[in-house]
Amino acid sequence: MTEVRAEMVANVWQVVASEGDSVADGDTLVILESMKMEIPVIAESAGTLTKLAVAEGDVVQEGDLIATIE
Amino acid sequence: MFDSVLVANRGEIARRVIRTARRMGIRAIAVYSEADGSLPYVGEADEAVLIGPAPAASSYLDARAVLGAARRTGAAAIHPGYGFLAENAEFAAEVIDAGLTWVGPPPAAIEQVGDKINARNFMEQAGVPVAAGTREPVTDVAAAIAEAGRIGYPVMIKAAAGGGGIGMSAAANEAELRAGFETARSRAERFFGRADILLERYIERARHVEVQILGLNDARVLALGERDCSVQRRHQKVAEETPSPGVTPELRARMLAAAVRAGEAVGYRGAGTVECLADAKSQDFVFLEMNARIQVEHPITEMVTGIDLVQQQLLIAGGGDVSFPPASVASAGHAVELRVYAEDPRRFLPSPGVITEWAEPSGPGIRVDAGYTAGNEVTPFYDPLLAKLCVHGGSRAEALRRARAAVADFRVSGPKTNLPFHAELLDSEEFSSGRYDTSVVARLRR
Repeated sequence: MTEVRAEMVANVWQVVASEGDSVADGDTLVILESMKMEIPVIAESAGTLTKLAVAEGDVVQEGDLIATIE
Repeated sequence: MFDSVLVANRGEIARRVIRTARRMGIRAIAVYSEADGSLPYVGEADEAVLIGPAPAASSYLDARAVLGAARRTGAAAIHPGYGFLAENAEFAAEVIDAGLTWVGPPPAAIEQVGDKINARNFMEQAGVPVAAGTREPVTDVAAAIAEAGRIGYPVMIKAAAGGGGIGMSAAANEAELRAGFETARSRAERFFGRADILLERYIERARHVEVQILGLNDARVLALGERDCSVQRRHQKVAEETPSPGVTPELRARMLAAAVRAGEAVGYRGAGTVECLADAKSQDFVFLEMNARIQVEHPITEMVTGIDLVQQQLLIAGGGDVSFPPASVASAGHAVELRVYAEDPRRFLPSPGVITEWAEPSGPGIRVDAGYTAGNEVTPFYDPLLAKLCVHGGSRAEALRRARAAVADFRVSGPKTNLPFHAELLDSEEFSSGRYDTSVVARLRR
């Protein structure tokens, strides 16, 4: 199981993937926005997105869980 | 002359405006969001009003909240700074309708130049050269491809209602245009509220040179020199200098004259900037856009002319004359501004966090306009600008020497900053030689 976590404090701008999706290495899961810059959060492994822990409009802190892939 | 002004902004520019207003004996009122309560500008104002939660849409962009704060504090005028509501013609009109003085150009002028497509067409008619580009908003990919065919690749895709270099991308061919068009539209919608796109011929190896103008109450428009803003990352300025090392006296004269014509054509009042692209080799230039507000990099013009531009804004808004003889604007020496951003110096990715150490450089020719200090938290809700390190010297060489020392002395801990990048820039052959263009940062990062 891989946990995808936020690398910095940011706003969740767009949720691109959904729970239950099959994801591949390199797929964009969500797009964060910080200081007017868009930061895509990418899956670094292939599998099923078993948990999506954020919604559009959320603010995430560094280290917050974004998704789990199994 | 009004006796109080509410500064509808935050960070370094709010602090900067408050400083001059107070120096002029004008009561300065600050507004702040829940994220900004401990920033220096809040404590330095005569009065401060909390106007909302951190997200800009609920605070600094909330016209109701800003006007409410003005009413509650009895502010007689509003200075919008840059960004946020500064170029919102509707807001300017509301301020005026509320019986307050708007420190900026008339709403009609803001509207005239705020739409980049309209501004281009208007300037072209006024005899100001423009780059090949669209005359009407491009609404879908098919139209974009047709337009690009007419203009010629490479093209720059821009938001018509945009600014600050946000949401711009280049397309070298039809495939890149197809790929970039929809993203550009959604960015335009998100950041500026309108999805309208324009395409413009992308001038490679151009220098981004802008002219500072002042529209006086007697309808005269003055040009106060140019600034070279070619050092950019993600189409956003990182460093600026004046005079531009890429502009000959002859080209300078032509650009300044065109900027005056542009200002006169829209009946401009107050401080504004006419942005152009100049080709150093051919000594040609084209109009890009006009910014109906004070710019981030205005301090370097102040340093070489000795003129306080915010003071002139306040005087002009108050219906009076500027503080200097308009016919004799002199320029002495050379000035450089380095924008200190909360981002990592290698990839320029945002780096929010609490500032644990903040030590500014000082010395002859050094001016730091800072929005933050130790203990403040840099949050993701606003742009990454922490401070402007501005350095003047008798010559460009002296200014750069002083700048290298100042960058080395500037210590910020907590968020990463681009200070190491500035050290690299100042040490680079390309920047030191003065012979650089808008792709200089890309070359330093190759």
